[in-house]
Amino acid sequence: MPFTPVILWTDSLLWLLVAATCAYLWLCARRPHLAAPWLRVARSGAAMVSLTLLAGYGAIGLADSLHFRVALPASAAAAARAYSPQTLSVLDLALSHLRRSEETTYSAPLATRLFTLEETRMPDGSLMREYPRLRHGGSGLAHEADWGVDVAWRVLAGLAGALLVWLPIGALLWPLRRRAPQVPWGAAYATLGAMLALAGPAFALSLAYHVLGTDKVGQDVLYLSLKSVRTSLVIGTLTTLVMLPLGAMLGVTAGYFKGWVDDLIQFLYTTLNSIPAVLLIAAFVLMMQVYIDGHPQLFPTTAQRADVRLLLLCVILGVTSWTSLARLLRGEALKLAELEYVQAAHALSVSHLRILTRHLLPNVAHIIIISLVLDFSGLVLAEVVLSYVGVGVDPSTLSFGTMINAARLEMAREPVVWWSLASAFSFLLVLVLAANLLADAVRDGFDPRVHV
Amino acid sequence: MLAYILRRTLYAIPILIGVNLITFALFFVVNTPDDMARMQLGAKRVTQAEIERWKAAHGYDKPLLWNARAAGSEKLAQTVFFQKSVRLFAFDFGASEDGRNIAAEIRTRMWPSLALAIPVFLVGLALNISFALAMAFFRATYLDFWGVVLCVVMMSISTLFYIIAGQYLVAKLWDLVPISGYNSGLHAIKFLILPVAIGVASGVGAGSRWYRTLFLEEMGKDYVRTARAKGLSEAVVMFRHVLKNAMIPILTGVVVVIPLLFMGSLLMESFFGIPGLGSYTIDAIQSQDFAVVRSMVFIGSLLYILGLLLTDLSYTLVDPRVRLE
Repeated sequence: MPFTPVILWTDSLLWLLVAATCAYLWLCARRPHLAAPWLRVARSGAAMVSLTLLAGYGAIGLADSLHFRVALPASAAAAARAYSPQTLSVLDLALSHLRRSEETTYSAPLATRLFTLEETRMPDGSLMREYPRLRHGGSGLAHEADWGVDVAWRVLAGLAGALLVWLPIGALLWPLRRRAPQVPWGAAYATLGAMLALAGPAFALSLAYHVLGTDKVGQDVLYLSLKSVRTSLVIGTLTTLVMLPLGAMLGVTAGYFKGWVDDLIQFLYTTLNSIPAVLLIAAFVLMMQVYIDGHPQLFPTTAQRADVRLLLLCVILGVTSWTSLARLLRGEALKLAELEYVQAAHALSVSHLRILTRHLLPNVAHIIIISLVLDFSGLVLAEVVLSYVGVGVDPSTLSFGTMINAARLEMAREPVVWWSLASAFSFLLVLVLAANLLADAVRDGFDPRVHV
Repeated sequence: MLAYILRRTLYAIPILIGVNLITFALFFVVNTPDDMARMQLGAKRVTQAEIERWKAAHGYDKPLLWNARAAGSEKLAQTVFFQKSVRLFAFDFGASEDGRNIAAEIRTRMWPSLALAIPVFLVGLALNISFALAMAFFRATYLDFWGVVLCVVMMSISTLFYIIAGQYLVAKLWDLVPISGYNSGLHAIKFLILPVAIGVASGVGAGSRWYRTLFLEEMGKDYVRTARAKGLSEAVVMFRHVLKNAMIPILTGVVVVIPLLFMGSLLMESFFGIPGLGSYTIDAIQSQDFAVVRSMVFIGSLLYILGLLLTDLSYTLVDPRVRLE
């Protein structure tokens, strides 16, 4: 076998989450009362557009969550097969032409020459200051004057390729459209077309150019942006794995049992809430860092260390952000506990645990779903700020936070290096915007006050 | 009323003790003072003697909770917990790891923080309410639709981007204000204009969208229908009736953040070089100065609890139907 799979903690949890989502969707498909609010969500055009966009991001993130280590060329001395210390993902494999095509420093998008002047020694021994040609950007060009024609051809080829993918998918959507005519499939299909129209030319161009330029150490910015998607998705989704059980359990228990249980849980979340969030997270992260630095033997590769740090960051964010969900659920459970069906369950001597799980939790599920979707965008944005403060992800983890952070110094350069900031900004904006639009649609679809 | 305030103040005490225990556990139990000394001294190979000297100099050489060697009440007093955590209750913050008096630093740094935070708060509130009122006035028109779209787009942009782009455009490209820095007195204005504008802009999306829903909720109520039925013009209905009643949830909602304005803004202050409490905190986090972080956690939670108390009181002030018992 030429490679060995590496299962990082966040990978397994992310795939677990995907499996759980699939199981939930399967359950929804079989229970009409569970499916009804989702169908209301799907009827909104904005929701379908943002779902399509999020599916695109999700595909990138999941492709980046299948990790492996490639085998090193076999040597006679080593009896066992040695594997490269570098952990790669399927996304890295698909983008290997971008990963390998490093320049020496900054270059503008689609440029053929470096952004900075460098001294080169001419064959006759004299020094000349010029913008050197890039190793990868425009390397296929015989003459630099052909640049415009080459770019145009590649864009056209990319668009043609996108069209070839787009049209068959339209045929696949046709039966869905007949089965669920009230869902605006056209909006989703148009969004997909727009995404492909951007991705096709970008891919065709990336074979010979740096589409979004290169950063300070000459890495392709498009590659960095695509790799950052996973970090955002991990933070936005895995945090909920911590937040959900804590918030749901404690909130519903407080509202149901009342009395000293309620007092204790209220005390707990008021205390946690009263500590400024950034400081609490910073304190947790500083402590975690001391632990990681003190136990290097637990983390054999850089990827594993960075991954544990990312996971712990999710745990920390979850521990600090379950309070609002708990407060919401406590209020709702206080109301529900007085209703007839709960009283009837009491009279029939149903156990507390059964009342909590069978009668209360399903009736607050809409609040849980709404707040999970609402929190996603906030968490993605929080990562950016925390990375700036220095308590975010590991410096070796690629994320929008680290990209924007680096862009601070680039904007102060003369002439200005704008492309890193612009790419991080656009990728992040589309992700957060889609999440916000979906959250709005989900809130409208699930809120019982809107559809009685 | 007085009894209520007193009871709420007493209720704050267990919360502050809880905050103190959490921070104590985080800073001293998870990491021993030895770890802290090693981090502060920086080098990988520091000798044990150096660590002991650092701990003695900063007062971390005592036992954590119980000093068996001391006599009488000193058994409790001569401990890290008492010296470092309990004394916060008396606002005795001690010295930062580089030896400066934290209380004195806070007293000088609170003014720049307030000079930035109060204008952001007031201008932001006024602007959010005006935008929300305009969107509610033109509800179900294109103006309202695009206003909401603009709000969603604005709240989807990271604050960091507002700062970097604003600083680049206004300060660097157009050269209207200094890029960063601070000066005392009225000279501070030219340094504060840009951070205030950016602070307002970064909050306007989420704020005005939220207030718009409050206005719309209020407009669905019976008294509004009565007012319209009396023949009042839409402007009078909006400004005289809806605005006044919608101010109740708006004002009681913002009261909780008023005390926290004191803490300053982490991002804004560190980007614009304003020597306030926000940049003090961020510097402390980055240089891992735990004494400062501990003090700021304590002050922050104190102010939050004050905010909760003020929120409850403001309900009775603006809405006579609410009685505190």
